[in-house]
Amino acid sequence: MAETVLRLHGVRKSYNIGTPVEVEVLHGIDLTLERGEFVALIGPSGSGKSTMLNLVGLLERPTAGRVEITGQDATALDEDAVTRLRGRSIGFVFQFHHLVPAFTAAENVAMPLMLERGHSDAAIRARALELLDRVGLAAHAHKVPGQLSGGQQQRVAIARALSFDPPLLLADEPTGNLDTVSADEAFALMREFNRRAGITFLLVTHDPRLAQRCDRIIELLDGSVLRDAPSGTALEAR
Amino acid sequence: MIAAPIEWVIALRFMREGRMQSALIITGVTVGVAVIVFLTTLIDTLQASLIDRVLGSQAHIVVRPPEEVARRVPAAAGSGVTARVEPRAQRLRSIDQWENLYPQFSGASGVTAASPLVSGPGFAARGSASKSVVLMGIDPDRYRRIVKLDTDIVAGAYRVGGTDALIGIELAADLGIGVGDKLRVTTAEGGEDVLTVAGIFDVGSRDLNRRWVFVTLRVAQTLLDLPGGVTSIDLVVERIFDAQGIAERLQAQTGLKVESWMQTNAQLLAALRNQTISNSLIRTFVVMIVALGISSVLVVSVVQKQKEIGILRAMGASRQRIMVVFLLQGATFGLAGSLAGAGLGTVLLHVFSTIYRNADGTPIFSPEVSPRVMAVACVTAIVVGLVAAAVPARRAASLDPATAIRHG
Ligand SMILES: Nc1ncnc2c1ncn2[C@@H]1O[C@H](COP(=O)(O)OP(=O)(O)OP(=O)(O)O)[C@@H](O)[C@H]1O
Ligand SMILES: [Mg+2]
Repeated sequence: MAETVLRLHGVRKSYNIGTPVEVEVLHGIDLTLERGEFVALIGPSGSGKSTMLNLVGLLERPTAGRVEITGQDATALDEDAVTRLRGRSIGFVFQFHHLVPAFTAAENVAMPLMLERGHSDAAIRARALELLDRVGLAAHAHKVPGQLSGGQQQRVAIARALSFDPPLLLADEPTGNLDTVSADEAFALMREFNRRAGITFLLVTHDPRLAQRCDRIIELLDGSVLRDAPSGTALEAR
Repeated sequence: MIAAPIEWVIALRFMREGRMQSALIITGVTVGVAVIVFLTTLIDTLQASLIDRVLGSQAHIVVRPPEEVARRVPAAAGSGVTARVEPRAQRLRSIDQWENLYPQFSGASGVTAASPLVSGPGFAARGSASKSVVLMGIDPDRYRRIVKLDTDIVAGAYRVGGTDALIGIELAADLGIGVGDKLRVTTAEGGEDVLTVAGIFDVGSRDLNRRWVFVTLRVAQTLLDLPGGVTSIDLVVERIFDAQGIAERLQAQTGLKVESWMQTNAQLLAALRNQTISNSLIRTFVVMIVALGISSVLVVSVVQKQKEIGILRAMGASRQRIMVVFLLQGATFGLAGSLAGAGLGTVLLHVFSTIYRNADGTPIFSPEVSPRVMAVACVTAIVVGLVAAAVPARRAASLDPATAIRHG
């Protein structure tokens, strides 16, 4: 029996609550992701993809509904517990590869571990180098982000997202800023981690080509799930 | 990668990344602390040396016989003035039973030395030259601990005994005499004696150098017709600013008139106090400016680093961690600036002490910065840095990671 990594129950999100410009961006989303799934989240601009990812990633709280990560109801936790759960269970890869410029590639990869432990140590350094090696950047460990190409930076970000071996990895347009070759490389890397370590991926993409290479495609429209189907069927049905 | 706490690592990296801002604010703190260290040391040492000079020729506390009651002169009826108080002309009087009272003064707590003194007016004559002087009958061993006269001797020796006397350099010049010469002293009480100049002193005051003639207690008692008596008891206390309190206590205990140097120099003290107040004002403003400087640099830094803060939060950094990162930056600016400022202040003091000198070429003040001033400056700067960082740190901690990350 498959193990549930993520469950959304009637998740709603409104902004500017109580003001004249109050707007509901997500209108009751139900969703379940099992361990090892590799899912694309697509939809037109403004449909609520990033908002949903932020809710799943516990960066924002839903206005209504429940977010369960590996069976734990995150909406019931306080700020510090949420921060810890996020640190341990969820890896992030963003469109703008969001590395911390003041730190080297290795330090960026080690950051979630250092933040968890409170300081760096030999084991953390070894783990960071191992991860960089797995994304093919061992030779660039001591460069700062400014000295790396966009594709390299995104691979560092992927390595960083994996530092905890999180059950769930969220990626918001991870290839959006990359050329086709780098995008394919980054995608292949994620696919490989998915197959080898059984990590569940939820990735937002505007690239239909990449979406087709995922196992399942969820399409959002105006804050509701329009379609949720295995790849191959989703586009034909259009 | 370093094994230091992660907050420190992040704080130091952020400061290094904004090294221009960091350097500027540390320079600002440095200048501020240097000004405080410089001014405080300058004023403290100048005040101390001024007080030193004043107390160099003065006892901390002088005990005298009680003042005779002033009499009231009834005013002429209808003149509008009700009464006029006229002090009685004070005759030279001895302290009653001084030998019995003496241990009460010399042994009082806080008092480190006591010396009986017989002083009164007289005339010193040599040939046809005659000068009005103050006869000072002392016990040289005890008196030396009140006024360090033995170190002020410029010719001859600190020797008072028999008819040996000490006179000041001005009087010696006025009378045209030197060590070993004789001088004749007379008083209104009809006393007359011939003294031998054993030593000549310079206490740093022309007036005193012209007027003081030191003789033994016995010689002064005879000349001033006060057999066995003393006109005052001089005291020295351990902490000079305790003098007033001790004097009041002793006066209440003995009923004698006990006056501290702080009463006799009230004007000087008021002036010094005003100087201290204006220094405190300057210090307060400098501290405020330093605090505002640190605050504004960190506020800007928080805005610039919104994205990084958001990433760190998303990577599992708690609000508290982010707050500590910015508090540490404030404290570091304060500490670095205060260390450099203490150094710069010391250099400034050395430069000033070599440029500005007394007329005789000796330095006006010594450029030593007391460790206390240093420590206070450093601790204050760290605390100010922390306080100044509080607002930006809270802002950083309350940043919403989602917003920071959305707008790549
Ligand atoms: N903080 C906010 N305050 C108000 N409205 C917001 C806020 N964040 C997002 N929105 C709105 O919510 C809607 C969904 O935004 P979201 O960023 O989730 O879209 P998206 O699907 O990721 O779009 P894109 O493909 O352009 O990234 C948009 O209409 C947006 O304007
Ligand atoms: Mg988006």
